Amino acid sequence: MFIKSTEIIDTFAEAFGMWGTRVIITAETPKWANAAARAMTGFATSVIGCKCEAGIERELLPEETPDGRAGVSVLLFAFSAKGIEARLVERIGQCVMTCPTTACYNGLPEATETVNVGGKLRYFGDGYQASKMLGNQRLWRIPVMEGEFLIDESFGVQPAVGGGNFLVLGENLKITLDAVEEAVEVMKIPNVILPFPDGVVRSGSKVGSKYKALPASTNDAYCPSLRGCAPKTDLPENVSCVLEIVIDGLNEAAVAESMRLGIQAAAREGVVQITAGNYGGNLGQYHLQLHKIMQGAS
Amino acid sequence: MKLTLHTQPEVPLEVEVLNSTQLADKTVEEVAALTVFHGNREQLLGDFFTVEGKVKDNQLELEGDLSRVKLIGLGMSEGTLKITGSVGAHLGAEMTGGEIVVSGDAGDWVGREMSGGRITIKGNAGHMVGSAVRGASMGIQGGEIIIYGNAKNELGNGMRRGLIAVGGNTGDFTGVNMKAGTIIVLGQLGQRSGAGMVRGTILSTNHAQLLPTFTYNTTYKPTFLKNILFYLRKLGLPIEDAHINGDYQRWSGDSIELNKGEVLLFVDD
Repeated sequence: MFIKSTEIIDTFAEAFGMWGTRVIITAETPKWANAAARAMTGFATSVIGCKCEAGIERELLPEETPDGRAGVSVLLFAFSAKGIEARLVERIGQCVMTCPTTACYNGLPEATETVNVGGKLRYFGDGYQASKMLGNQRLWRIPVMEGEFLIDESFGVQPAVGGGNFLVLGENLKITLDAVEEAVEVMKIPNVILPFPDGVVRSGSKVGSKYKALPASTNDAYCPSLRGCAPKTDLPENVSCVLEIVIDGLNEAAVAESMRLGIQAAAREGVVQITAGNYGGNLGQYHLQLHKIMQGAS
Repeated sequence: MKLTLHTQPEVPLEVEVLNSTQLADKTVEEVAALTVFHGNREQLLGDFFTVEGKVKDNQLELEGDLSRVKLIGLGMSEGTLKITGSVGAHLGAEMTGGEIVVSGDAGDWVGREMSGGRITIKGNAGHMVGSAVRGASMGIQGGEIIIYGNAKNELGNGMRRGLIAVGGNTGDFTGVNMKAGTIIVLGQLGQRSGAGMVRGTILSTNHAQLLPTFTYNTTYKPTFLKNILFYLRKLGLPIEDAHINGDYQRWSGDSIELNKGEVLLFVDD
């Protein structure tokens, strides 16, 4: 399959079943809501090294938030509900509660499973914390030096999809960077995040390493500088740069749609191929077939 | 099912049976034959009410001047009770779920010792809204009471949990002996509000004279208030933007108790 002059390889992205949650952060101004969201989603690129993957889903208008203030929606993914709870307690406690004027709400109120976050962070209040019930929702008010930090006791969690991906193989750095930057811009749709720096990763990995302690190591088959010395290369001759975009989502359909939009945007003159990373289909439960995803696209 | 008052009781009429849970699956004849107390005399519900239709989708309608009819919705656990007119004392007492909406006024003891559900009074309410009975320490333990008009004395006496919102003024001793929960008063608080309160929140959008056992803390914008006021606005209570976005004085008390309660008073610029 070709889109413009770019060949879309007939392969699949192998994605994994994960658990996901949505956190709504509000503040007096968009600046502080964004500051908290950026801090909370820092060092959350890969679940292997960071224990979770997280990113900003989108900014929220005041009329979209529970307290009528500007907000930011954050998605966070981990391998288990318990893992999400631990990460939320750490990250909200250190990055959101600390940020001036913020409040933090459960963004999945319909979820049937929940984890306890505000109910644990409340102890920071040293006995001065107070709870408020609003319908079935329990909020905790934790006194802080600037006023109060308000947080939901429980946050909804749900099964999710992590590790949707595609690789952009370009003739040179500029073309490849331009392609992925434009792709990232159109891939930011509801229910997905791109956890790597501005959505893009250059250090794609393979499973295992010659060093026993490492579970993953550089994807030498896609490193242009190893074309002549690695055991095998998957790079066409005219490719000198490969960049990857990884997508996590609250459901498979959202991940697939984000990939479709991204591949469509990245395809261009100078992008030789677009392919995807997989492990032979033996590890991940989701196989996102590139050709199937692109059906209907030009 | 709809029940319309056809004979005004001369003395208070106690109708413990009047809730959608109790009347479900009953025929018109069976409902009319239920026992009620007219003063201290047993009479039939049909002696006072015309009964029409069947209880469908847990919905029940009452109509007429029911200001002498007590204990409507006692112990209600689900469904909807819509009342066109005014009601007597103990409306929704010990209620655990469902919703009661009254188009007129309500007597004393609205939602006393309720633990769930919602009561909405479009007019005024009497004394002891959401309170404990005399001798008991716990008032409302959950659920919501929304009063569009005014309420009289001892609203939320012994309140343990839940939300009471009043569109107008309240009488004296609002939130007396309150354990926790939230009382929102969009009008004027009466005297000695929060006396003996342990925890919980009393808010007024007007200035109030507080007891000397309350201490001023600060003036700020409590975020949780925005959530509560937006919530009440969604339920239909008129809330001004200024009250959502404005500053509030925070007073803590009552220091004769745990001193962990708070009174929030809107600061009008």
